[in-house]
Amino acid sequence: MHDHGPGDNELSPEEARVRALETILVEKGLVDPAAIDAIIETYAEKVGPRNGAQVVARAWRDGGFAQALRDDATATIAEMGFHGRQAEHMEVVWNGDGVHNMVVCTLCSCYPWAVLGLPPVWYKSPPYRSRAVAEPRAVLAEFGVDLPEETRIRVWDSTAEVRYLVVPERPSGTDGWSEDRLAALVTRDSMIGTGLALQPGAAA
Amino acid sequence: MNGPQDLGGRSGFGPVVPEPDEPVFHAPWEGRALGLTLCAGALGHWTLDESRHARERLPPTFYLSASYYDIWLTALEALLERHGEVSAEERATGQARDPGLRPERRLAAADVPAVLAKGGPVDRAPESPPVFAVGDEVCTSRSRVRGHTRLPGYAQGRMGQVVAIRGCHVFPDLNAEGADAGGAWLYAVSFSGEELWGSGAEPGTEVIIDAFEPYLAQA
Repeated sequence: MHDHGPGDNELSPEEARVRALETILVEKGLVDPAAIDAIIETYAEKVGPRNGAQVVARAWRDGGFAQALRDDATATIAEMGFHGRQAEHMEVVWNGDGVHNMVVCTLCSCYPWAVLGLPPVWYKSPPYRSRAVAEPRAVLAEFGVDLPEETRIRVWDSTAEVRYLVVPERPSGTDGWSEDRLAALVTRDSMIGTGLALQPGAAA
Repeated sequence: MNGPQDLGGRSGFGPVVPEPDEPVFHAPWEGRALGLTLCAGALGHWTLDESRHARERLPPTFYLSASYYDIWLTALEALLERHGEVSAEERATGQARDPGLRPERRLAAADVPAVLAKGGPVDRAPESPPVFAVGDEVCTSRSRVRGHTRLPGYAQGRMGQVVAIRGCHVFPDLNAEGADAGGAWLYAVSFSGEELWGSGAEPGTEVIIDAFEPYLAQA
């Protein structure tokens, strides 16, 4: 697919339908096109997995903050400035002690937008949604994550308005690291549970 | 309804294929479709649950083959038509014929940050205490539901254990039908892999769903 500039009349069917709908809604005074721009800008540039990485890095460093996340994840994350749409009711789940957590939404595409941004296509697509609950180990293997047999896998299916953030295990060799340095080890997938945190030296 | 959206445990969809360095939007129209969906939602004609139900009622052949933003766009067209804001004829011509019903609810660009930051909390004041407690063994409903529900098919008629009480949240099954239907207690319920998938389960796995009280009975 290529981008279409103004005056290009080779629109994809979807693009033509979106343009028609937007035109009509704007003409009727129901939609402000600048509001659409603002929404796009928010999720393209401002809200993304760097938010969640900051939460994880702080939880790794600060036991009091970790406890606050256990007590009230929604409020604790909101205090960092990450709140609102698709993070109204947050829960944090912790990897370690022989447990690995993984998050899915089998019924649609529920995802904690305020901390991870918009979900990737694979998260919204039938292969992940169908298989994550039934064969999580096989799915993890496809992501390159091979866990010991004795590690228990806990799959959270986001069937209501609770949104889940996984805190991956803190890599060894990171004692004394700053929050920013730690956050660089925290990938989006590690906070969905389909990945692990990067090892020191692997972060860009 | 156990429509095309109810994907948990189905076979045949192939491997998960992550896209390296995936962009947030794959074409400009995807961002416009997202923005339109949020702006149209702000008009207040429908609840989040009704919009989900509009997506899962799309023809299965379409739902399972379309891109996610195409699913959103198609459901948005249906919702706007159902609530009298944009007719099929207007969509076909690309021109407004009738005036908008709720221009006073138009989301202004200046209000977008505040609206997104506020979100739409769904917790409600409970009318009675929760029936179940953490640790309780529960059995999920096996009743066929023709309307919207958030009890996935794979977890129907199964034995699980309450592992957390999430609060009292708007009950989606009724909320999808229109007005705010009030709250129902919401529980995190854990099922062993063996309970869900029998001998086909991977060892050492469990699935936790968030289940509303009306879905559950004491085991």
